[in-house]
Amino acid sequence: MGHPQNKKQTLYDKLWEDHLVKSRDDGTALIYIDRHLIHEVTSPQAFEGLRLAGRKPWRTDSVVATPDHNVPSHVEERAGGIEGIVDEVSRIQVKTLNENCEDFGIVEFGINDPGQGIVHVIGPETGATLPGMTVVCGDSHTSTHGALGALAHGIGTSEVEHVMATQCLIQKKMKNMLVRVDGELGPGVTAKDVVLAIIGKIGTAGGTGYAIEFGGSAIRSLSMEGRMTVCNMAIEAGARAGMVAVDDITLEYVKDKPYAPKGEMWELAVANWSRLHSDDGAHFDAVVELKAEEIEPQVSWGTSPEMVVPVSALVPSPADENDATKKAGIERALEYMGLEAGQKITDIELDRVFIGSCTNSRIEDLRAAAAVAKGRKKADNVKQVLVVPGSQAVKAQAEKEGLDKVFIEAGFEWREPSCSMCLAMNADKLGAGEHCASTSNRNFEGRQGYGGRTHLVSPSMAAAAAIAGHFVDVREMQEAA
Amino acid sequence: MRAFTKHKGVAAPMDRANVDTDLIIPKQFLKSIKRSGFGPNLFDELRYLDEGQPGQDHSKRPINPDFPLNHPRYQGASVLLARKNFGCGSSREHAPWALDGHGFRAIIAPSFADIFFNNCFKNGLLPIVLEEEIVDQLFTEMYAEEGYELVVDLEEQVVIKPSGETLAFEVDAFRKHCLLNGLDDIGLTLEDADDIRAYEAKRREQAPWLFDAVK
Ligand code: SF4
Repeated sequence: MGHPQNKKQTLYDKLWEDHLVKSRDDGTALIYIDRHLIHEVTSPQAFEGLRLAGRKPWRTDSVVATPDHNVPSHVEERAGGIEGIVDEVSRIQVKTLNENCEDFGIVEFGINDPGQGIVHVIGPETGATLPGMTVVCGDSHTSTHGALGALAHGIGTSEVEHVMATQCLIQKKMKNMLVRVDGELGPGVTAKDVVLAIIGKIGTAGGTGYAIEFGGSAIRSLSMEGRMTVCNMAIEAGARAGMVAVDDITLEYVKDKPYAPKGEMWELAVANWSRLHSDDGAHFDAVVELKAEEIEPQVSWGTSPEMVVPVSALVPSPADENDATKKAGIERALEYMGLEAGQKITDIELDRVFIGSCTNSRIEDLRAAAAVAKGRKKADNVKQVLVVPGSQAVKAQAEKEGLDKVFIEAGFEWREPSCSMCLAMNADKLGAGEHCASTSNRNFEGRQGYGGRTHLVSPSMAAAAAIAGHFVDVREMQEAA
Repeated sequence: MRAFTKHKGVAAPMDRANVDTDLIIPKQFLKSIKRSGFGPNLFDELRYLDEGQPGQDHSKRPINPDFPLNHPRYQGASVLLARKNFGCGSSREHAPWALDGHGFRAIIAPSFADIFFNNCFKNGLLPIVLEEEIVDQLFTEMYAEEGYELVVDLEEQVVIKPSGETLAFEVDAFRKHCLLNGLDDIGLTLEDADDIRAYEAKRREQAPWLFDAVK
């Protein structure tokens, strides 16, 4: 695991080298996996594969499971546990995860367990994911865990089976990209706005083939929650993995987490983690720079996360685009979204608002939304505002701080931890044609419900939109408060 | 895994950039715990005029007549022509399962999203990257000629047009080997089990906190 002193390495180079079991002649490598997170949607076929081949998991203590995608967010439906899940197909899937974990001896935070939550929220929160680890999950937003200084990325179900059976992945090394955001973010501008601005700049395929390291003073000053929001959406820029170097903020966050090392072991781990940053002068194949001061609160207007503009802007026009494929894309997005080119973003009216998902359902996100909602009421034209905490622990903390009451008084609904309307696998969905201000990560056609229209925003922007009934620059409300 | 050697089939279009895996197979179908049966729901929101549900008889649903894959000329197509960044978004392997279930064996595009690209190889589906101008040309020729067929020869790493013209493509040696022979890569990795154990022992010594914390 050591490396020559004179070699300048990026954080990704170090993580890669630390986990290299073997390089093969054909250019592939076997990479060792430290942590494997699983959920109900992408694991059943992998367990079935193991059974058919008569294989056992290589290391059960590396696996942590929880159901999140299909579990109901509704308090009453949720109270019934697995048997209470109304949708039969969802119930079978959650039950199957349960049975598979029992059969194979895997630790699972079950549907109403105090440890349950969205897999990418509970990983860091329990210390199941730590700096320096390789982390995989059959879920593209596994990039989230890179915020801890880990190499984390999504895999398909065949790879879930592969990791389960061998503790390794067959990989080719990616290229290195540095996205540097320097300067100080303005008031009301959050991690979500930063990452949306990055995707707006480099595009949804801009990071394809790269591992992205986020750096610069604006990233360094973000909390761990903020860094997770940024890394979460690396995949929306096409990069399987996003990461941030380990610093005091990381250590402060990780310390005392249930699965984090304690005592002497903690000291040992910290000493090891202190090298988890890119060396000065390390080579990056691509560097992208943004100035923090230039980033405004963002709102996505189209059907791809790169279709995003500052809240003060207008909906773009296909006439301004020269590239034929992009022009067609804009036209199709405008039609799907029911928007006019040149329309003000602040004139878009909302039908529903969703505050949640592995991008923005941590305690800090809920605090930001509550700060805007406090003492205000949702607009009449907004049919529903869902607030879905990312985990049981986040929910408990929010309730301790009285945030649930703030939301309920504002006319928002306080729900149970789940993916919920981020992908609408449970009962929380948009109706056809409805516009939603959403703190999630994908505005694809139909993502939040058949025919639904998603606008990606930060938690405070979502709360502000819920109050105003249309998009509004949250900074105006924050000044008024 | 089913092997892929040489394949000849009718080409069909998915003529838009950034096709995400939600569009390839919508989430309601991901509730299945099986690996098969996703074919009828490939591009569900584009193919049908209503919202599909799992377990439905899809042959009774209203078909979208404007969607090219529903046109008689593309029935039985097995080579998909696509645009940039095909397969972006969710890591769901249900996307290649759905393409495979519908009968596609190869997808040609100027670029693919990483996870999707990788998932295809695990399912005997061959994603082929060709330059954008070449893909443009293939689209033009396909639209002009009904029953436009392409041959995909993995051994030789070429796509052969009806005119006989060949288009070379790159493919990683390991993936090619697995696909040509229909190999299960878990079995291959387990041949290196001793190396994995040796690495693991070393890692346990250097970073003991990574072991046995979760029990
Ligand atoms: S919250 Fe959304 S993006 Fe995150 S894991 Fe769940 S479905 Fe995926």
